[in-house]
Amino acid sequence: MKANSPWVFLPLVGFVLLAVLLASGLGRDPQELPSALVGKPVPNFSLPSLMTDKTLTQDSLKGRWQLLNVWATWCPTCYVEHPFLLELAARGVAIAGLNYKDESDPARQYLAEHGNPFTHVIVDADGQLGLDLGVYGAPETFLINPEGEIVLRHAGDLNARVWQEKFVPLLEQDQQGGEA
Amino acid sequence: MTMILRIAFLLCVSLSAIAAPDIYQFDTPEQEQRFRVLLDELRCPKCQNQSLADSDAGIAQDMRTRVEAMIKEGKSNDEIVDYFVARYGDFVSYRPPVTPTTSILWLAPLLLLGSGAVVIVLLLRRASARVDESDEGSEDSDVNQRGDR
Repeated sequence: MKANSPWVFLPLVGFVLLAVLLASGLGRDPQELPSALVGKPVPNFSLPSLMTDKTLTQDSLKGRWQLLNVWATWCPTCYVEHPFLLELAARGVAIAGLNYKDESDPARQYLAEHGNPFTHVIVDADGQLGLDLGVYGAPETFLINPEGEIVLRHAGDLNARVWQEKFVPLLEQDQQGGEA
Repeated sequence: MTMILRIAFLLCVSLSAIAAPDIYQFDTPEQEQRFRVLLDELRCPKCQNQSLADSDAGIAQDMRTRVEAMIKEGKSNDEIVDYFVARYGDFVSYRPPVTPTTSILWLAPLLLLGSGAVVIVLLLRRASARVDESDEGSEDSDVNQRGDR
């Protein structure tokens, strides 16, 4: 093989391509899974309410834009995001809670102590609705449209940055669509 | 001292061995076999790179219980995998279907194997071409040597 053959550069080109591919993977969060349920209605359920004697169904998540926040007292990150949920609630955002694989007494105590940002709280003691929703941990937050369809799913804590980047654009888009 | 350490080590090993008791009871060995196959094919969404069989995460336990229940309900393996894919996406299956997004997973091994084969063929051709040249050369020199004698 002649030393100046173009094939000499093949390993270098291969290396650069591989480096670019791997570098692009570095910046991504492996916990960020695509949700299979986006665009689909919330699964049917019939579960007790944490704060009242009522039984809640999927209909409680229809009629207006709202968040469905998956939380539990055993979840440390839920404590971290709680103040932001209170702030959103104070701004008039409707938030439904899903108390996920938790005990109801400590959960009620938690809300009494830290404040209750939720319009209503669904008790999912054995995690069956969580499984139907594709939840794999807490906290997770779903954005649900007035038809009761899941528009967005966010795994991990909800904070001002995530809210601004992921949720607000979708809500604004809907408002513009409504006016047009 | 080493004796104590050795005993402690052995205890550790045996404790971890009994830490995962098999609490799933099936009516037939065939059902149990399917259970094991499914647990190896389904991936834990929380502790990634572990199958349901390997994972101790809470969600993996829930999913194992659901798999057990669905097997007992008489659901087929495909139905059970589809159930989880509908909720957690293709990610949850260690044997994802061929779609435009997953095609690279399926095609990459073939492409790599193919390009490797091409490289080997090229190298062999070049090597044999060189051998031919040197053979001819040596025959020539043989002839020359005979001619000299």
